[in-house]
Amino acid sequence: MIGKKNLGEMEQKITQQKNASLMARPTEEGRFGDFGGRFVPESLIPACKELEEAFIDAWSDESFKDRYHQILSQYGGRPTPVTTCEQLSKVLGVKVMLKREDLAHTGSHKINNVIGQGLLAQRMGKTRFIAETGAGQHGVATATAAALLGLECVVYMGSKDTRRQELNVFRMELLGAKVESVESGSKTLKDAINEAMRDWVASFDSTHYCIGSVMGPHPYPWMVREFQRVIGDEARAQSVELGIGVPDFVIACVGGGSNAAGTFAGFVDTEANLVGVEAYGGAAIGQGSPGVVHGSKSVLLQDNDGQVTEANSISAGLDYPGVGPEHAFLNSIGRVKYEQVNDQEVLEAFQLLARTEGIIPALESAHALAYVVREAGKQIPTSSTVLITLSGRGDKDVAQVRELLK
Amino acid sequence: MISKNFGRLETHLRDQRSKGKKLLVPYITAGMTPQWLELVVAIAQAGADAIEIGLPFSDPVMDGPIIQKSSSIALERGTTTDQVLESLAKLELEIPLIVMTYYNLVFRKGDHSFSSALSKSGVSAAIIPDLPLDEIEPWAQAASENNIETILLVAPSTNEQRLQDICSQSRGFIYAVGLLGVTGLRKNLSETALELSKKVKSVTDKPVLVGVGISNLDQAKKACQQADGVIVGSSLVQKVLNGAGEEEVFDFIHQMRKGIDLI
Ligand SMILES: Cc1ncc(COP(=O)(O)O)c(C=O)c1O
Repeated sequence: MIGKKNLGEMEQKITQQKNASLMARPTEEGRFGDFGGRFVPESLIPACKELEEAFIDAWSDESFKDRYHQILSQYGGRPTPVTTCEQLSKVLGVKVMLKREDLAHTGSHKINNVIGQGLLAQRMGKTRFIAETGAGQHGVATATAAALLGLECVVYMGSKDTRRQELNVFRMELLGAKVESVESGSKTLKDAINEAMRDWVASFDSTHYCIGSVMGPHPYPWMVREFQRVIGDEARAQSVELGIGVPDFVIACVGGGSNAAGTFAGFVDTEANLVGVEAYGGAAIGQGSPGVVHGSKSVLLQDNDGQVTEANSISAGLDYPGVGPEHAFLNSIGRVKYEQVNDQEVLEAFQLLARTEGIIPALESAHALAYVVREAGKQIPTSSTVLITLSGRGDKDVAQVRELLK
Repeated sequence: MISKNFGRLETHLRDQRSKGKKLLVPYITAGMTPQWLELVVAIAQAGADAIEIGLPFSDPVMDGPIIQKSSSIALERGTTTDQVLESLAKLELEIPLIVMTYYNLVFRKGDHSFSSALSKSGVSAAIIPDLPLDEIEPWAQAASENNIETILLVAPSTNEQRLQDICSQSRGFIYAVGLLGVTGLRKNLSETALELSKKVKSVTDKPVLVGVGISNLDQAKKACQQADGVIVGSSLVQKVLNGAGEEEVFDFIHQMRKGIDLI
């Protein structure tokens, strides 16, 4: 006879086995369940296939991985630490730990992805490196990798954003990149992506398109997650070193979803509760519906006809109307919970972290924090251990926050 | 064996071709001006063999600045799928209509609802550039159940095996993308257009039309030396953006018609 306890253990084992197969390779068609795929013009199919083959080959080549990790450690500042927040934990009644991507070179997790893709571009013999950017973080990171690896770099940026983020435009130019201002559509991130794709359609012979998040056609969502999984892999080991073992909650903000995907990849096979936090004004999962844009099937903000609508939140980095297809999948099976926080909650969390811990977070990252601040003692039971990925530092946001607080 | 059960578009194009004619398929974005429907009629009267009607989408990745602009204007004017299809249903043209749009507009309505709506409004075929062969199901099934022909694209970068698969799956005609790039005006016809047309013609007897980068009569004539016909988009749309009315549109298409008939 099987006792109740044994049944419980068996269920736990079954869940673990199920979870172990999550966040592995997508299907050959690039599917995560119903989501993903390769919805691109015929001209780009060969480029996607070439990239897929090159990535599979590189990612199973130890010397490629070594080079990637070596650059991330000697140049990128990895491993980034996990910081236990004594003061904040006291205030909230839960034990908060921060995975410090703000301490990586260029000030966010974006460096992990661009170094990976930069090395891959070199390996494929591409000499030109193009990217889209919204606020400018991914653009700056791309320009950085291009400078380091000797690639010609062009960054597409909506004309609304080039005006809002003049300083980042200058940064990219300092790094030797050319910034193309995009005047089409809503003149923001989604249009910058369209423009980069149009460039790539005509140029893939010599050019690699360095997409900035876990979106786009197969193999991008998978590849970018793999280049970001260093966040989760490190954090998992660091949690053990800190004597925490597996944290009760693992939480990250979600724009396209790359820092979250990289974080969750390290914990998806554990019992940890995974939470992705979207901006209230850009919540593709929370408020969107299934659709196909930018090369994959996912969920997105759109009107009744299927026209893609604009996201609008306090943080430009989360203002993307879609989300990576793997998140849509993880949501559909319930393995990750996706929550939303509003601008006011974000501003408060931003200031709270600055005062209690002496860390100014990026507004994007402050979303993850704001969720914990709101839910500590509620959805997150008192005394839980909580690991938050602090995806970036807030220097870029200080001027904006100052205006907002006036 | 080649099926003789061609749809309306393919039957029509084959008939025209067998009369020794080259095929002319102009493109216009629905809703880009209040008079767009009258322009469609003018295009038909000027001698088009079929007309490609663009349903405007917010994120047209396969399109260059001209068609992007026409799409933005159409959307700002409040153009919706239902409105466009209702308008098309009122037309009584002798030539088949093709709807060109991006997959999200289709997906949002549902493959079945969308293809049946096309059918009800008298549309014969669809071009969905971000729906490549690998993703064509379940759309293709729904479309064929509703007698909608799905035209597939081949590109200069398409390999041999894929090219054969695409040619056997494509209905209506084969859309040969003239160059690696998006729609727009080009100074010269790309050599790749001729090479690709030749290659496609050698594997299929379906009509082969070159699109993307056919901006004037000279280019159209040159493309028609290898291909069965051409799709003319950006140059026509640019004229409409510049304020061209029915007469000017008629003249432009009529000149093209006469020009390629002389070959
Ligand atoms: C600091 C920071 N965090 C998060 C994001 C959102 O991207 P993702 O969801 O891909 O991590 C951005 C994007 O610009 C960012 O700069």
